Amino acid sequence: MLNTKDILETITMIQDEHLDIRTITMGISLLDCCHSDIDVCCEKIYKKITTYAKDLVKTGEQIEKELGIPIINKRISVTPVAMVLAACENKDAVKIALTLEKAAVACGVNFLGGFSALVQKGFAPGDRELIEAIPEALAVTQHVCSSVNIGSTKTGINMDAVKLMGETVVKAAERTKDMNCIGPAKLVVFCNAPEDNPFMAGAFHGAGEPDCVINVGVSGPGVVRAALAKSKGLDLTQVADLIKRTAFKITRMGQLVGTEASKRLGVPFGIVDLSLAPTPAVGDSVAYILEEIGLEQCGCPGTTAALAMLNDAVKKGGVMASSHVGGLSGAFIPVSEDAGMIEAARSGCLRLEKLEAMTAVCSVGLDMIVVPGDTTAATISAIIADEAAIGMVNSKTTAVRVIPAIGQNVGDELEFGGLLGSGPVMPVNTASPEKFISRGGRIPAPMQSLKN
Amino acid sequence: MRAIISVIGKDTVGILAAVSAKCADYNINILDVTQSVLQDMFVMVMMTEISEINCDFSKFVDEMAALGNEKNLSIRAMHEDIFNAMHNI
Repeated sequence: MLNTKDILETITMIQDEHLDIRTITMGISLLDCCHSDIDVCCEKIYKKITTYAKDLVKTGEQIEKELGIPIINKRISVTPVAMVLAACENKDAVKIALTLEKAAVACGVNFLGGFSALVQKGFAPGDRELIEAIPEALAVTQHVCSSVNIGSTKTGINMDAVKLMGETVVKAAERTKDMNCIGPAKLVVFCNAPEDNPFMAGAFHGAGEPDCVINVGVSGPGVVRAALAKSKGLDLTQVADLIKRTAFKITRMGQLVGTEASKRLGVPFGIVDLSLAPTPAVGDSVAYILEEIGLEQCGCPGTTAALAMLNDAVKKGGVMASSHVGGLSGAFIPVSEDAGMIEAARSGCLRLEKLEAMTAVCSVGLDMIVVPGDTTAATISAIIADEAAIGMVNSKTTAVRVIPAIGQNVGDELEFGGLLGSGPVMPVNTASPEKFISRGGRIPAPMQSLKN
Repeated sequence: MRAIISVIGKDTVGILAAVSAKCADYNINILDVTQSVLQDMFVMVMMTEISEINCDFSKFVDEMAALGNEKNLSIRAMHEDIFNAMHNI
């Protein structure tokens, strides 16, 4: 039987502490849309997405209302487009991007991910064409998100792809310089990309996934911070326990919403992504949790250790609350989407190098970081390579989503709006990695034994 | 199917009457009411049976929110499932 205290706790979490379901993402396979004629292919893609996802937004809104918990985004992820493009004689990837945009608008979703290629070991037909089309595709669409997987623990890192992606990020920023360089904010470069991730911009529907599936991403940094703020004088064992208990409750919401959405849409339920995903709203910040644990400001010594504990506790608490866990699962540290991170970056306490260390112990990687507009493609490639190496060696997902602010420098800020927030331009080490990057080739897969 | 109606706000005359009248309009049976007044704050939690509801539950949610706005209170009607999921294993 429910008691009033529990009921009021849930209501407070939703009303005052920003508890929400970040996203319901419908994964749709496009493998059966392959066709040698790109126009036929586009037609099939549009038809399939708009048929499968026609009730997604409506159902999401219904569940939101009945359960009383906000579901911020409804999204779609599709099979990496490069796989579909491979079959087309005319490999005009932008045409497919425009089709995806049209389908996203028709379904009313917030984002559609999957303008992607998996090139960790090399380029298959369609991969290069897709990557070259990314800057244009992200400029002419609003809802389409792109990702490229350039490395994995099993295959090593494809450095030719890393070089290409550094150039692509710069081109995407230049192509959208009149739109606050929004292009690269919708582009993620992965190592060990998960195939069932519901979060953008890196969501795509992996080749091993069923035809259609519902994945859910939960949020709730505000709830964790509030729980810590209410409990004074805990040692770190107790802090970890408190985070676990809170993560459990948050994840149960995700499980409930996912099961309900899957039942109503008649689509199998995939996974809950156990993530602490911040938003720019004050009080919904992962940095504030770290500060609540006892750091003066996020980025100071101790940040990596506190984040490691937070990340692990979130997973431990969440795993029992859900029947299937997947996606990225962990604490996200996107700079521009987190009020506390923005402040720390502005004050200079949080630097790129510290963020890199933090990514070794938490979910994802260097995320939503604005860098000076004159940062070279080689430097961005090298940042990608560093981050991919952390992922490859530690058998975890890492990613890079950096935004070169064309025409701007340290001290300026870029404003993206909405969930993407705003970010101060952060300084980047300017010594050149040009020769390293221009070598190309592949970094071999790491040893899986003799771990030290 | 059950739903929980929560009312939080400044205590005034007739809150319980207004909420229960609305429930009756929509054929919702009230199973249990807990209320307390802490200083000026009124907190009421109502357990209701919504199996026989005569409209869409989401319409009732809107009606309750509107009643809350009118009376300067926060009134939420939420399906029982969300609380069970969070607090019962």
